[in-house]
Amino acid sequence: MSAAAVPAAVLDNTWDDPTRRAPLVVGENDFATVTDTVAGIIERPRPPRAWYVAFTAALGGTLVLFAMVAYLLWTGIGVWGVMVPVGWGFAIVNFVFWVGIGHAGTLISAILFLLRQKWRTSINRFAEAMTIFAVICAGLFPAIHVGRAWFAYWLFPIPNQMKMWPNFRSPLLWDVFAVSTYATVSLLFWYMGMVPDLATLRDRAKTKLRFYIYGVLSLGWRGSNRHWQRFETAYLLLAALATPLVLSVHSVVSFDFAVSIIPGWHSTIFPPYFVAGAIFSGFAMVVTLVIPARQLFGLKEIITVRHLENMAKIMLATGMMVAFSYATEFFLAWYSGNPYEGFTFLNRAFGPYAWAFWIMFSCNVLIPQLLWFKRLRKNLLILWVISIFVNVGMWFERFVIVVSSLSRDFLPSSWGYFKPTAVDLLTLAGSFGLFLTLFLLFLRFLPMVGMAEVRSVMPQAHLDIGEHLGEGDYHGEILHQHEDLFVEGDGEVTP
Amino acid sequence: MNDAPAVVERSAEAGGLYGLLAELPDVPALLQGAEQIRDAGYRRWDAFAPFAVHGLNSAMGLKRSRLPWLVLGGGLTGTAAALLLQWWTNAVDYPFLISGKPLFGLPAAIPVAFELTILFAAFAAFFGMFGLNGLPRLHHPLFHSDRFRRVTTDRFFIAIEASDPQFNETETRRLLEEIGSVHIEEVRA
Repeated sequence: MSAAAVPAAVLDNTWDDPTRRAPLVVGENDFATVTDTVAGIIERPRPPRAWYVAFTAALGGTLVLFAMVAYLLWTGIGVWGVMVPVGWGFAIVNFVFWVGIGHAGTLISAILFLLRQKWRTSINRFAEAMTIFAVICAGLFPAIHVGRAWFAYWLFPIPNQMKMWPNFRSPLLWDVFAVSTYATVSLLFWYMGMVPDLATLRDRAKTKLRFYIYGVLSLGWRGSNRHWQRFETAYLLLAALATPLVLSVHSVVSFDFAVSIIPGWHSTIFPPYFVAGAIFSGFAMVVTLVIPARQLFGLKEIITVRHLENMAKIMLATGMMVAFSYATEFFLAWYSGNPYEGFTFLNRAFGPYAWAFWIMFSCNVLIPQLLWFKRLRKNLLILWVISIFVNVGMWFERFVIVVSSLSRDFLPSSWGYFKPTAVDLLTLAGSFGLFLTLFLLFLRFLPMVGMAEVRSVMPQAHLDIGEHLGEGDYHGEILHQHEDLFVEGDGEVTP
Repeated sequence: MNDAPAVVERSAEAGGLYGLLAELPDVPALLQGAEQIRDAGYRRWDAFAPFAVHGLNSAMGLKRSRLPWLVLGGGLTGTAAALLLQWWTNAVDYPFLISGKPLFGLPAAIPVAFELTILFAAFAAFFGMFGLNGLPRLHHPLFHSDRFRRVTTDRFFIAIEASDPQFNETETRRLLEEIGSVHIEEVRA
């Protein structure tokens, strides 16, 4: 069976002609070479030197994080810069930032799946892993921000000797449920999708240890089509469940702000604005991580330039939504006629935190405009640098929202100025260390590309019959329409 | 991966006949072969592939899975559990007034109800799928076959179990040859 209209060794798949379907895997690849490439990353005796360098740095960051958390628990919240009136400092900024990062993973794995965007198959595993590690980093911050972290379990409705229950009428408790559900469902989705690939690693295992570890993790998966049928059903259902879930998570996070009466927070635009920002920042993080990873591990034929260009387009689209939200906030601050609201926004742009506002504005609104140009989207170095600017900008967005509103609310006598301490800064840096440590371990020990899913979008996976090439999903019908095309016995297809 | 990799030896102990395992060369052959086995009236058989092959479900004559009903049940359980939990804890067992809000109000209960609906439905999808598939299991007779290891990489198989009422070693083997198998082997239980 030949791949007819698509030449075997296409390397540039970024054309815009909609009549020519772009291949999702470039180069001369078949099922076995794709498997070799992806599984080979895990099976090679040693990772590349750059992996060790990155892992050492990341592990150092993790140790800094642990040290800072230990110091905080030992001494108390006073080691941070939080003080009346700014009671929500870096911990909440970092929490919102990290939860937002996770959203791109779910968007790629669930929403793009429902929209039948098949290019997602090369990057969804990678992005889902990023989601889980980002949510782990996010979950840490509220837990240590409660002050007496050993009482953090009071957030959960656990029967206790005090005969007390948490207050379900508070958005902070909704957040506990939203984030823990999100973490759990993301983990289930990620692991379930990985089971067939773990079975591949089991079947290729050359040592007993690998055979047993991947054997247990793959749960006895044997590629049975009766299993695949339920697997696909479950996958579709989980995608359909994760789609409203991911939209709800950052909406609920935004309720933490919007349900209060602080000027600059009390706004109905917050849920969609937060969700767009989350996807924007999450895609930026995927791009930041995937560009070096594909280079380092030789995945350029599976994670192609077209994949990166598509992500750049999503960044541009969500970045424009974020820019529109900023504009709407300013417009409504003026149009509402509310003097406190109006003051808050002028204060954001020209007050003591103007520096943070303009960093945010440049990184999130001005710099992403470069993505309008195809030449710049295809230049991976430029794309990578833009993605880092977006990461920075989105962190500052949360800083501006949290800190500028709290530092100057209704009464000038209660105004203040939040300054982070060294512990604040080191904890933030350390959270990146934890994130990267987990991520680098994932790259080394688990399949970073969903091999089974990539196989299913390769031309060899379909009945490519002449003009029907690239028709999309064949749910069995084509077989019945074209029974006459089969030559008995040898499986060859002739038009 | 052209030659067989030096993989871990698996247990070669074997009992009675489990069935016949046939290897098919590619996706069209698998789809066409599955239709013929289906039409020949076999019931205890299966097709194996390294990814979900589109069209194979109907080629095998599989009925729709009942998994969606389990997931619906899981979701409704989650909704009910969340509403009961919030009402009982905040309005019955430990009623306390805060900001003049009602002890139990549906709008404020929606976010948690939504989250638990999704959570329970996702558990139902995950555990339901593996449960209906009879997984996890540590061993299966097909794992005795060395060729079968490639099923998770790039090979396609059809296995007909000896317990199928229609199974007959010579007849079944002939059918498997007819559908274009490139290799047929007996698998011991």
